[in-house]
Amino acid sequence: MPGKLKVKIVAGRHLPVMDRASDLTDAFVEVKFGNTTFKTDVYLKSLNPQWNSEWFKFEVDDEDLQDEPLQITVLDHDTYSANDAIGKVYIDIDPLLYSEAATVISGWFPIYDTIHGIRGEINVVVKVDLFNDLNRFRQSSCGVKFFCTTSIPKCYRAVIIHGFVEELVVNEDPEYQWIDRIRTPRASNEARQRLISLMSGELQRKIGLKVLEMRGNAVVGYLQCFDLEGESGLVVRAIGTACTLDKLSSPAAFLPACNSPSKEMKEIPFNEDPNPNTHSSGPSTPLKNQTYSFSPSKSYSRQSSSSDTDLSLTPKTGMGSGSAGKEGGPFKALLRQQTQSALEQREFPFFTLTAFPPGFLVHVGGVVSARSVKLLDRIHNPDEPETRDAWWAEIRQEIKSHAKALGCHAVVGYSESTSICEEVCILSASGTAAVLNPRFLQDGTVEGCLEQRLEENLPTRCGFCHIPYDELNMPFPAHLTYCYNCRKQKVPDVLFTTIDLPTDATVIGKGCLIQARLCRLKKKAQAEANATAISNLLPFMEYEVHTQLMNKLKLKGMNALFGLRIQITVGENMLMGLASATGVYLAALPTPGGIQIAGKTPNDGSYEQHISHMQKKINDTIAKNKELYEINPPEISEEIIGSPIPEPRQRSRLLRSQSESSDEVTELDLSHGKKDAFVLEIDDTDAMEDVHSLLTDVPPPSGFYSCNTEIMPGINNWTSEIQMFTSVRVIRLSSLNLTNQALNKNFNDLCENLLKSLYFKLRSMIPCCLCHVNFTVSLPEDELIQVTVTAVAITFDKNQALQTTKTPVEKSLQRASTDNEELLQFPLELCSDSLPSHPFPPAKEHLESASSNSGIPAAQRDRCSSWIELIKLKAQTIRRGSIKTTMTVEKASPVGDGNFRNRSAPPCANSTVGVVKMTPLSFIPGAKITKYLGIINMFFIRETTSLREEGGVSGFLHAFIAEVFAMVRAHVAALGGNAVVSYIMKQCVFMENPNKNQAQCLINVSGDAVVFVRESDLEVVSSQQPTTNCQSSCTEGEVTT
Amino acid sequence: MTSELDIFVGNTTLIDEDVYRLWLDGYSVTDAVALRVRSGILEQTGATAAVLQSDTMDHYRTFHMLERLLHAPPKLLHQLIFQIPPSRQALLIERYYAFDEAFVREVLGKKLSKGTKKDLDDISTKTGITLKSCRRQFDNFKRVFKVVEEMRGSLVDNIQQHFLLSDRLARDYAAIVFFANNRFETGKKKLQYLSFGDFAFCAELMIQNWTLGADLKELKVLVADKDLLDLHKSLVCTALRGKLGVFSEMEANFKNLSRGLVNVAAKLTHNKDVRDLFVDLVEKFVEPCRSDHWPLSDVRFFLNQYSASVHSLDGFRHQALWDRYMGTLRGCLLRLYHD
Repeated sequence: MPGKLKVKIVAGRHLPVMDRASDLTDAFVEVKFGNTTFKTDVYLKSLNPQWNSEWFKFEVDDEDLQDEPLQITVLDHDTYSANDAIGKVYIDIDPLLYSEAATVISGWFPIYDTIHGIRGEINVVVKVDLFNDLNRFRQSSCGVKFFCTTSIPKCYRAVIIHGFVEELVVNEDPEYQWIDRIRTPRASNEARQRLISLMSGELQRKIGLKVLEMRGNAVVGYLQCFDLEGESGLVVRAIGTACTLDKLSSPAAFLPACNSPSKEMKEIPFNEDPNPNTHSSGPSTPLKNQTYSFSPSKSYSRQSSSSDTDLSLTPKTGMGSGSAGKEGGPFKALLRQQTQSALEQREFPFFTLTAFPPGFLVHVGGVVSARSVKLLDRIHNPDEPETRDAWWAEIRQEIKSHAKALGCHAVVGYSESTSICEEVCILSASGTAAVLNPRFLQDGTVEGCLEQRLEENLPTRCGFCHIPYDELNMPFPAHLTYCYNCRKQKVPDVLFTTIDLPTDATVIGKGCLIQARLCRLKKKAQAEANATAISNLLPFMEYEVHTQLMNKLKLKGMNALFGLRIQITVGENMLMGLASATGVYLAALPTPGGIQIAGKTPNDGSYEQHISHMQKKINDTIAKNKELYEINPPEISEEIIGSPIPEPRQRSRLLRSQSESSDEVTELDLSHGKKDAFVLEIDDTDAMEDVHSLLTDVPPPSGFYSCNTEIMPGINNWTSEIQMFTSVRVIRLSSLNLTNQALNKNFNDLCENLLKSLYFKLRSMIPCCLCHVNFTVSLPEDELIQVTVTAVAITFDKNQALQTTKTPVEKSLQRASTDNEELLQFPLELCSDSLPSHPFPPAKEHLESASSNSGIPAAQRDRCSSWIELIKLKAQTIRRGSIKTTMTVEKASPVGDGNFRNRSAPPCANSTVGVVKMTPLSFIPGAKITKYLGIINMFFIRETTSLREEGGVSGFLHAFIAEVFAMVRAHVAALGGNAVVSYIMKQCVFMENPNKNQAQCLINVSGDAVVFVRESDLEVVSSQQPTTNCQSSCTEGEVTT
Repeated sequence: MTSELDIFVGNTTLIDEDVYRLWLDGYSVTDAVALRVRSGILEQTGATAAVLQSDTMDHYRTFHMLERLLHAPPKLLHQLIFQIPPSRQALLIERYYAFDEAFVREVLGKKLSKGTKKDLDDISTKTGITLKSCRRQFDNFKRVFKVVEEMRGSLVDNIQQHFLLSDRLARDYAAIVFFANNRFETGKKKLQYLSFGDFAFCAELMIQNWTLGADLKELKVLVADKDLLDLHKSLVCTALRGKLGVFSEMEANFKNLSRGLVNVAAKLTHNKDVRDLFVDLVEKFVEPCRSDHWPLSDVRFFLNQYSASVHSLDGFRHQALWDRYMGTLRGCLLRLYHD
């Protein structure tokens, strides 16, 4: 009996009238956990019953505590007939199982019914007493913390980032069981909700076990999804990144509450674990020993053998001596070896994180993705979900080898998804191939001096842009140039990634949301023929999506994509592709060339004219975009070098031959000339359409910016007003003569109109930025396209538009403040941070040029009356982290404190409902997260048989989503929190049958419940805090000079 | 391509004040969109008509969902479904319960029943206020009336407590409830010149100072007893001689005016006669004075002297009752005396 769950039912309010005669209700409550049920007394004739029950006590295993939800049912007592259910509340008690999360769940929960929606509220108090039992044969993993956040949570420090954890569980879907034919819709929905809740709990527990086995204490970037496979069953799967986290306030490493010694671990039967190596080497072996074994383990499974060959192909030596500078070379090689060895221990060196501790990310290779089309078959034995496991293993293996081909040993920003239509399923995985710093991957036992020197020599700000692959053996055609920042290493001309923009990256101007949208018609087919047809279409779609992205990026005058997410959705008669990413101009990468249109029939005069007209339009758009996004890369370097621009073909060879002599790198770098333009050949009407569609994307209205990453590159002066929202649109295609073009146009219009609507709706927040814009597409029926968008609008202060984080100025300023002498003595070193080969100017000028490099528009620079002020502001920005400026304090806080004439209406002031913020971001602008209370992972079904009466499909779904938000907020508030961060709506499956006046919707949401404190409040308490933060971050290697 | 479904749900419920007004005014989505287009919003924001349509639909849906809660404002405060900042909640409630002057003048004093509701069509046509808006306003009156009808304590406080209205609006509702309860006639042609404000002012004075069942019949002696009437007249005339521009008219009319004012008091004891209070006041006092072109200052002088002089009438024993009656009546008459 390792745990005691205690529940008290306090009261209800706003209950529905269940007895028409009296207009009242005789309510009582059933409290169920596992197989035990308690009941309260019946509270007669009231819509606001006060049960004030005793403590109901459940004595349960901690395994059950993790798996089972607490189920509270409110009923209306009926003497003569069956009691009528009013509704239910499911409470996930997992947050009570961490030692430092919530200690009690207490508050008002909406009473939810799958047919009627929310029907009143119930006040419940839940507590858990946990007993440690170290000697048991452990199946539970209480104490492992879960975070949806895809970066190291704000009040923690990553001691070790262990790596990838994954698990899936399968079951029959109650909706498709025979018994459902005789079950009421309510009973069926509730069975499904309960099952998914149970499966989620089980999944989390199993993942937790894996984490404990890796000797971690947390899962970060936890992403759980379910696949509704229809007849063939229900799959709940999850991936995440195992970490050992350390609470920042307490220096001692946090150990799980019921962590068991590693010796016990070998008894854990890991039937599903596909890596036999884990067993043979024995968990009793300390992990760090494993990481030090350099020889590739022969005991690896099939995947490993293939990866061994990949390894030998990987031109790591070439990298070391070939393109690296003479100082960086040997260290880099060493680093590479270390990383490699650390990662070799992992079957899948994947990380679901999208943002990393400083110094973690060394190089980024590019996006790697893999898809496969599968035919679903009935899952025969739910206890051994081998097929599904094998499918994913296959895909992951492919991802791994793609990464290897890019000279990378790890994949970051990794995610997995599925799209199912009838019996066909597309499995997708994508991530960013990367080279990582081993420091975070093992037990911190790397030789200290080596590590330090490594850090000294690695250019952190542009380092991640440097290619990890060998330029002689490039995995794909790319133009390489010397880094525009350090001039020492090679960089590609464009960089695509799935991660967030590293905080120390130097960006010029602002970023923007870039989307590629694509539809392809497909013949209706059955089973294998269908799967084959889809498989054949996929490569074309990928190619076209990629081309569109590239064109749009160039049209924006930018050179890198972050947060790239490509979603391919399968329907009965079509495939949809939607790629979203945030485009930016990375200072380290070359200026992108334009887009050149080439016609096929050059003799035709009018055609020629048309072409040149189009060309002009494109050129104008590029120029306009550069202005709009404030992309003014410095051109000084060119003047200084003043070398002729070589032919593109020769250039790479030229660079190759010169790369050995790194001394003269800057002088000899000839790579910064105007790139040859990207040529779009117009040979048929299709291509014409493409060019037209390129130009149809309208930029957001003035005062609006948008991105799909956490932070908008180029904006960091957020004010505290945030508005998270979900918007859903479904369009019906006219089924007559559908062509690919018409389809594309429809889809494009759908997305563009949706964005326009968002800009319009949120216009009162201007200046503002839509962050983490997350589009998902589904094809619920033949002629229906559904697009769901979740994002957060954040206001920022236009008058203080400071440029992005960690600009060269900040770096040099920090140096200047810490050691002035050094600054004077080593001017060149400083310059290499900001502007290479610039003769050392007087300090003031240097700052000015450096900041223009960082992209602060002249107009805004002028706002600072003196440079001293700018320096102060920047210094402050550094200390407070990248999201906060001084103005935040003065700006009036949340959305609500308007200036409505409140004087005469005092009753409204005493509202009892606390505000709970929701955001898909991992932070709250102008606030500090002080505590993580646990993961929120909720699944709801709503169904109606009176669709018209509920306002049609829009009314139905609007109400449902509002109810989902309400239930999330209520759970967070009951945990003692005031916000959900990293909120995500993972699924919104909507089905309608207007003829029958019916509709059904399934929604799955998750996020991290947190407590936050306004920074303005914090500063009053301790003004010393920021300084300490700075120091601690310095020691962590954030500021390396 | 047609939009089957189109929704936007914010964690903080978005309230557009302009659209709320259009919704409250009872415009259909199509009309509201047309009105918004006319306001020049498309030019200001660069939005398209389709965007405006979608936005308007969305707000209308939200308001429709909120309406149920607005019927019991404390529910709006405690509900969990819509996260709305308190200041916005107050705005929603206040605007929802606000009413049109033209509408309230039509309904004031009428029984808040189904029968009246049937007349809303005519009222809508007459006032140019949409039927939908008329219904909302009528239902608001009725709802407030029903809730506070049987309650003890201050009418204004009860309304404020149950509907969370501002002080001003709660007072207006108190007047509406008071008028509906007493069924005062306000619709006669000769009363058309009076505004809701005039009536509300009177209602407030009456609610504060008058209690039902006082034996106002006792005052009748002032006009029934000829000596007393003559004495009263001479007292007033002596006091006002040379001070009143319309002295001769006053002197000539004194008995008629006095009879009118005292008879109003007597009628207040009969429930069915109470309804004519304002008709009587206008007919018996306001109109005669107005036809003789009394300036307001003279009316004030006269009423002050008229009610004060009673204290010198030795034969009259109901001084306190008279003061209470005349204090309120004087206030009302002065308010009602205008063009």
